[in-house]
Amino acid sequence: MSAALLLQWILPLPLLGTVAIVLCHRHPNWREAVTLATSALLFILVAWLSAELSWEQPPKLVLAEPLPGLTLALSPEPLGILFALVASFLWPVTSVYAIGYMRSHGESHQTRFYAAFAVSIAATLGIALAANMFTLFLFYELLTLATYPLVTHSGTAAAKRAGRLYLGLLMGTSIGFMLLAMVWTWQLTGTLDFTRGGIYPAQTESWILGTLLLLFVFGTGKAALMPFHRWLPAAMVAPTPVSALLHAVAVVKAGVFTVLKLVVYLFGLERISTLAAADWLAYLAAFTIISASLVALTQDNLKARLAYSTISQLGYILLGAMLGVAAGVTGGSLHIVMHAFAKITLFFCAGAILVVTHKTQVSQLNGLGRRMPLTMLAFAVGSLSIIGLPPMGGTWSKWLLIQATLDSGARMLTLVLLASSLLNIAYLLVVPVRGFFGRAEAAVDTEGADQTGTDTGAIKAGIYEAPWACLLAIGITATGCIVLFFQADAILQLTEGLLQ
Amino acid sequence: MILLDHLPVLVVVLPLLAAPLCVLIGQQRLAWLIALVAAVASASAAVQLLWQVSHSGSLSYALGGWAPPWGIEYRIDLLGGYVLLLVTVMAALVLSFARRSVEREVLPSQRINFYAALLLVQAGLTGIVVTGDAFNLFVFLEIASLASYALVSMGPDRRALSAAFNYLVMGTIGATFILIGIGFLYMMTGTLNMQDLAARLPAVADSRTVRAGFAFLSVGVGLKLALFPLHFWLPNAYTYAPSVVSALLAATATKVALYIMLRLIFGVFGLTFAFEQMPMGALLIALGVVGVLSGSLVALFQDNVKRLLAYSSIAQVGYMALAMGLGSATGVTAAMLHLFNHALMKGALFLALGAVTYRIGATGLKDLAGLGKQMPWTCAAIAIAGLSLIGVPASAGFISKWYLVLATLEQGLWPLALVILVGSLLALVYVWRIIESAYFSPWDNSRAAVQEAPLSMLLPIWLLVAGNLYFGIDTDLTVGVAKQATAVLLGGTP
Repeated sequence: MSAALLLQWILPLPLLGTVAIVLCHRHPNWREAVTLATSALLFILVAWLSAELSWEQPPKLVLAEPLPGLTLALSPEPLGILFALVASFLWPVTSVYAIGYMRSHGESHQTRFYAAFAVSIAATLGIALAANMFTLFLFYELLTLATYPLVTHSGTAAAKRAGRLYLGLLMGTSIGFMLLAMVWTWQLTGTLDFTRGGIYPAQTESWILGTLLLLFVFGTGKAALMPFHRWLPAAMVAPTPVSALLHAVAVVKAGVFTVLKLVVYLFGLERISTLAAADWLAYLAAFTIISASLVALTQDNLKARLAYSTISQLGYILLGAMLGVAAGVTGGSLHIVMHAFAKITLFFCAGAILVVTHKTQVSQLNGLGRRMPLTMLAFAVGSLSIIGLPPMGGTWSKWLLIQATLDSGARMLTLVLLASSLLNIAYLLVVPVRGFFGRAEAAVDTEGADQTGTDTGAIKAGIYEAPWACLLAIGITATGCIVLFFQADAILQLTEGLLQ
Repeated sequence: MILLDHLPVLVVVLPLLAAPLCVLIGQQRLAWLIALVAAVASASAAVQLLWQVSHSGSLSYALGGWAPPWGIEYRIDLLGGYVLLLVTVMAALVLSFARRSVEREVLPSQRINFYAALLLVQAGLTGIVVTGDAFNLFVFLEIASLASYALVSMGPDRRALSAAFNYLVMGTIGATFILIGIGFLYMMTGTLNMQDLAARLPAVADSRTVRAGFAFLSVGVGLKLALFPLHFWLPNAYTYAPSVVSALLAATATKVALYIMLRLIFGVFGLTFAFEQMPMGALLIALGVVGVLSGSLVALFQDNVKRLLAYSSIAQVGYMALAMGLGSATGVTAAMLHLFNHALMKGALFLALGAVTYRIGATGLKDLAGLGKQMPWTCAAIAIAGLSLIGVPASAGFISKWYLVLATLEQGLWPLALVILVGSLLALVYVWRIIESAYFSPWDNSRAAVQEAPLSMLLPIWLLVAGNLYFGIDTDLTVGVAKQATAVLLGGTP
């Protein structure tokens, strides 16, 4: 199949999957089979597309033209393909995990869950492949709307409150700032197409560009730049697979992806490096990195701690984008991949612990490594990757980002990155350390064992791992963290194509 | 074709004649059928007319063969054709929805009169749009208004009576002001034909009489339009009227008032007079801003969804006034676009509420709790039309918002752009209160189970919802016609 034909099928596939999921609502096994088949097929399509592509002449698919010159169009480019590959690879993995998790956790409304999940993935791919800012914005809003029912999944008062904050912050920033910046850009340039080197005419005054940059970046609430980050910890009320794929990968990465994309294709790197606003944003990102890490230290709830860690890690990517040097952008895009694999592993582990032991607090995890050794081992792998130690993938992205801060001459920011790594050790590694070396509390009970269906009469300190489906998913992503250390070069080649 | 030549008058006469026919026949079912047939015929005539106008320019029809400016001229230009299409199509959709809803909400003894009055409203509104004569416009305005007072008073709640009375008083004041304004203009120019007026006014524009006439007309039309602070009749009228009437008034009556405003400011008085000699631009912008913010804010605190949407309508009128007040081509285009798109949204929302009323008999936010599972199609329609009201991309509302923001930015008025966006965010909050209640609140199990609305109700609702989505993707009709109509209106060569 040609690249153009493949491109045509990428968005309809998950949407058709959604329809099939809804139709199978009475047959859970079929419904889950549809999810798995759709997600696997989608990854194959995206991988095939990336193999067929030629960067010189990327295919362009125009879906509609609502206003003259303003099109709804898809066109793949390196950064988008990278993001699409990550999202579509992790969807089947998460689906496997979700089946184990949702069933053993006895969640309700599972059809709505899988359907909204599929729509979210379609929206994410729309963002990844958007040919212009308008298309990106459309799918960006769709992603917010499609993930809303996942956040409020449990329907409790707390979930509804979280949902309001989620929707309010994400749509508030996107309508309030991003739409304004888009219309303003349209009025200045008459186009919103992603173009290498930027679209603003050379004579545009820098205060206008600076204001636009601020509007765009703050308008991308999904990037969780402070002070618009509160939605992410709030979204943790969602079931763990949602937190794992959407709030560690798809949604937040859609945010930083948007920022990278507009830095490279709307403003152009050279323009960014001259803007004072970019410097301010870089320092704000640095502030976000450090303060979110400090907050993470104080969070006893494991998912909340991971959420703040995500906010901090997103700051890295924003920082890289705002430096206006090539290494910053490549480092940022590499970090999208590395952080995705590492953070999804951590969330999977947190969910596995919840399913097996019903424990949510870090302080309750003492000695858990003896009961769930594989889970804890995977948690250690993910943590090391986020800290940036070899042989984990995270090493390379941190390396590039530190290099970028040196290239741009902002030594302060180098120190920030190094300090943040130390903080990562403090708030992440403590979990496996407690797990393996902590002294288990006297009352390690077997309530969790009932849930997993294993023999309840077994010895109290025996090994109870999560359902095999969960473990499989954890194994894949944790292995991914290590494999990426050795295969980072392939990704780098892809992202470097972006800047030529 | 002889029939084709008479289309401009047929559009008005069909509903006007069908109304007494309904009463004469005196059978409920037949009355509804006659009304529906008249409305559909009128709508098809409107389609044909718009097509004709957009291909071969404005149409002029001399009523009774008396040549204008002595006789009454019916004149349809692009703007007229565009609003005419909207009014007739909305009326036809509302009527197709009406039968079941009326059975539920209107007393049996009043049903035939109800259909007759509905047809009179349609005849009046279409008459306003096609006529080229200022006094004739007033007459049609009175026909439409009197019939709509009667319609509001037929609401199921006793408070409908006081709402209708209030509406009557305010509406009559408005109509009187309009009449006085027309009288002043006639005094100075000796003509009632609007094109003739436009030609003769500049010569006498610098007189107190013309200025006073303009002021009277603006206030009068402002009352009909429910422009802040002349909106006090609207919330009660929309809330207590039968659902069908709320939908019809929201989708057509205020839109036609906006048409009169556009016609008077840009077609009769001209931009120079209204915006340079008179402070109409600043006034419209200021009132629009206050209308957007206050209407949206008040909507946040409403517990009855119909009332909530009524306040939202006041805010939407604010957008249109603001856009008109900019006085630029993009501004006027934005006003016309929002006129059309808002009719689609509010039409769908009020009809969906009609379906809700049909099944559960109430429209309080609490009554809607958990309804998403009971009436999935109706609630989905509310959700989609609500998203369009917010202005989410790929909906008609987004196109409106795009042009509104673009128009303000073109003139460097970014604070106005912020007002528009803040309005959208407030809309997000009030729409979400409805969605949260319908989808994320539990259904009270002590209530009897509720069925989905019947197909005859769902069909018109979903046609409007489809319109909301379609005109967010393909805007050839809306943007295309609105742009051309603006050019005609501002170019002064109708």
